[in-house]
Amino acid sequence: MFWRNLLYRDRMDREWHEELESHVQMLTDSLLAQGLTPREARSAALRQAGNLTARREEIYRMNGIQWLDSISGDVRYALRGLRNQPSFTVIAVLTLALGIGANTAVFSVVNSVLLKPLSLPRAEEVVDLAQVAPGAGGVISTRGLGLSTSMYFTYAEQNRSFQSVGVWTFRPVTVTGLAEPEQVFANIVSDGLLQSLAVQPEIGRPFTAADQRPDANGTVLLSHGYWQRRFAGDRSVIGRAILVDAVPREVVGVMPAGFRIADKPADLILPMQLDRRRAILAGFSLNSIARLKPGVSIKQANADIARLLPIWVRSWPDTPGGDTSASGFAEQLFLHSWRIGPDIRPLRESVVGNVRSVLWVVMGTLAIVMLIACANVANLLLVRVDARQSELAVRAALGAGWPRVVRQLLVESLLLGAAGGVLGLVIAYGGLRVLVRNGPSNLPRLSEIGLDSRALAFAAIVSLVSALFFGLIPALRYTRPSVSLSLRDNARTMSHGRDRHRARNTLVVVQVSLALVLLICSGLMIRTFQAMRSVHPGFERPDAVQTFRLVVPPTLVPGDEQVTRMEQAIVEKLAAIPGVTSVGFASGLPMDSAAPNWDGILKEGQSYAQGSRPPMRLYLNVSPGLFGSLGTRIKAGRDLTWTDIYGGRRVVMVSENLARELWGSAQAAVGQRVRANDIDVWREVVGVVEDVRHLGSQEPAPAVVYWPVFGRLHYAPVTLATRAVACTVRTDRAGTAALLNEIRQAVWSVNAALPVANPETMREAVDRSMARTSFTLVMLGIAGAMALLLGLIGIYGVTAYAVSQRTREIGIRVALGARPADVRQMFVRYGLGLCAMGLTMGMVAAAVLTRLMRSLLFGVTPMDPTTFAVVPLTLLVATLAACYLPARRVSAVDPVKCMRAQ
Amino acid sequence: MMVLRTLNQGPRHGYAIARRIHDWSKGDLEIEDGSLYPALNRMLHKGWVEAEWGVTENNRRARYYRLTAAGKKQLETESSAFNKMVRAIQLVMRTS
Repeated sequence: MFWRNLLYRDRMDREWHEELESHVQMLTDSLLAQGLTPREARSAALRQAGNLTARREEIYRMNGIQWLDSISGDVRYALRGLRNQPSFTVIAVLTLALGIGANTAVFSVVNSVLLKPLSLPRAEEVVDLAQVAPGAGGVISTRGLGLSTSMYFTYAEQNRSFQSVGVWTFRPVTVTGLAEPEQVFANIVSDGLLQSLAVQPEIGRPFTAADQRPDANGTVLLSHGYWQRRFAGDRSVIGRAILVDAVPREVVGVMPAGFRIADKPADLILPMQLDRRRAILAGFSLNSIARLKPGVSIKQANADIARLLPIWVRSWPDTPGGDTSASGFAEQLFLHSWRIGPDIRPLRESVVGNVRSVLWVVMGTLAIVMLIACANVANLLLVRVDARQSELAVRAALGAGWPRVVRQLLVESLLLGAAGGVLGLVIAYGGLRVLVRNGPSNLPRLSEIGLDSRALAFAAIVSLVSALFFGLIPALRYTRPSVSLSLRDNARTMSHGRDRHRARNTLVVVQVSLALVLLICSGLMIRTFQAMRSVHPGFERPDAVQTFRLVVPPTLVPGDEQVTRMEQAIVEKLAAIPGVTSVGFASGLPMDSAAPNWDGILKEGQSYAQGSRPPMRLYLNVSPGLFGSLGTRIKAGRDLTWTDIYGGRRVVMVSENLARELWGSAQAAVGQRVRANDIDVWREVVGVVEDVRHLGSQEPAPAVVYWPVFGRLHYAPVTLATRAVACTVRTDRAGTAALLNEIRQAVWSVNAALPVANPETMREAVDRSMARTSFTLVMLGIAGAMALLLGLIGIYGVTAYAVSQRTREIGIRVALGARPADVRQMFVRYGLGLCAMGLTMGMVAAAVLTRLMRSLLFGVTPMDPTTFAVVPLTLLVATLAACYLPARRVSAVDPVKCMRAQ
Repeated sequence: MMVLRTLNQGPRHGYAIARRIHDWSKGDLEIEDGSLYPALNRMLHKGWVEAEWGVTENNRRARYYRLTAAGKKQLETESSAFNKMVRAIQLVMRTS
């Protein structure tokens, strides 16, 4: 009944009208019958009936909901008003849409990366068993200290806090026997790992404890993607054998789509098949994932591991098969010198890692942009409300209470907010598509990013809150009932009162100061970027170096010298490719983020106290010619030669900083002897190379010992080859498909079972190491540019408005003899005054806020004087332009015309 | 209540209701005819009456109102409450 009434209200109104009319007619009829004239009868009938129109309105109102009715009136009125001023509407909606869009996009990223739990069953129980070792120096990576095999056994068997404990690692493996030999990434997992993640295979079975025994037959799990790609989703793949590193492995299952361990997607999963008899204390290279027992806190789990550490150190030998009685030394080293301790954290946190600070900085800056956008729209609305003073005054005079007028104004801003929100969602959607496609590949959980219900709610809330914010400022400012003043004011008999401008001026000052903060932040990032680009990484022209990876599995080529001769043959084939100037290879390349190998080095002639350990150095195995192809200069001595390598000569090279540290200078190092430990043989330093920033442009160059790719191990009397190598090919054709093809042919001409993997130029590796900085830079740059633009529009708008409102005053001034230049100056001074206030406030705010981004900076301090001088100056000049443009219009004011017009 | 009472004898249109009330009160109640219609609208809402277009004896289109079951019940409760009140007032007036 109710809704029907509302919907058919107009028809019902017509019916009532008809009924009332017929009532009057019948009354008239009866009066006519009493002998009155038709005119007398009609007027008597109307008198008797009373005010029928009022009755009709009463009924009409009864059939509606009053507030809904008047709101819809407000909406219609606001829509008409907005349509009538398209330029205002477009600017306001676009400003809001940009702000809301950018904020929603970044919120989606923050939400997907930082807030949403991992898509695992009871994800809150899954933890990374990370450890800290503050005394271990370079051994620890950003993830902390890994687990050793023996730690895994101790923790998995003796803990009281976990349902399951597993360790995992990853490496490239070669798959042969399907099509072309292919190199893919494999996750290698121990027992307990898949249990901790609690993910079941899509088809087939998971690994069992039997699969994990060292003598078990080879098994493998496929990823969903690999199964689709190589087997076209054929379910009969279970039970088939594939050759992984030339070892036959039976496919036992396929993992579901989207499965990955931490943030390392892989095509294959292999069982780790750890051998308890060969486990020793050291070798802290395994990642771990465990599942807490229900109700156990991370603190309790930490205490549990801390309890197990002394047990571990006493239960395992230092060398394979060694005895555990001499554990005093190990205890001293690991527990007292390295100070190993547990640092368990939720798996989500260790996946997200150091992106957290970047994302929050970006989110914060975009919130500031949103504030500026709101201030801008509020300013536009102020101008608009100002122009509507007389209209509002007339409405107030006609009896509209001020809540009614405020409501009208708020409805208008809410409409703007809603329009901005909808358009903003479109922008956010587009922005996210671009981000997911081009975003830094090291942004974790990139593929999970998308607009979800939370992001939609966020956009809605931002639209609403900002609409209230920028709507209330003009609404509160201008609806105080001052009818007479407004009407009089509008007659333009006087200049505007000072307090009229105060709200607008405050907004502009705030805008300028916020814009300055953002610009200083982006300025600091630009300086960081510059500093990183200008760092000499220790190699030359990275875009002319093509790199790729190669692994020679023992099952393919058993003999170690054979492997090295094969690698040498490949190098020679590569060097014969037209345009190639030099070729080399090494166990790891600068900035390739491969798991590095660290150990100490002892120099001859220095005695080391029992139990103390020398500092950790980066160990790399390099081929002759590597430094030449990288463009790394040899500072003293000579490069390694193949004669050194095959002749079994015990030689090494060291980095310049290590040479300085141990012997005082690069020259002094040549001819000196070092060894890795007490059981190692002495090795002669034949050359010193310049420092290379192996860990990335922002990290200082580590001290490096370069070992030959083939030679006697430092911890056992065996001679081994380097089977997993990264090759470097210097040529101007680097990065082209043609070159890559020729490289492939060259490699296959030596051995057709070797895949060429991970081809990229050194430039790409460098860019990747700077991805975080460039991502932050781009985001801050966008935010800064938006802030600058919005701030300038704000200043321009306010000055232009001031000019237009004071045309009369200008006319009088000019008529009284003021030169246009003077008047112009007056307005420019006005704008600059506002700007100066904004700049002062902004400088103070920036000085405080830039401290928060210290961890993102490199080579500049948060209070970098250049940035703090250049940015405000630039902003000042831009403001000058924004003030000068509207002020120029002053000269166009013709005093006679303008006086007459008013 | 008076409106419902007029309808108790069968459906009527608005003018007839107005005349009936006018006659009953013998002109003592000075009500504008128009104020009848908002009251009718309210009763339509409450479901006490139903309306249907028809033609009067003088060939004029008019809406006829008919009492519904709910309207009859309402009339009963209202008239009994009214009678009670009148009796109470009479009692008070007599004793004083």
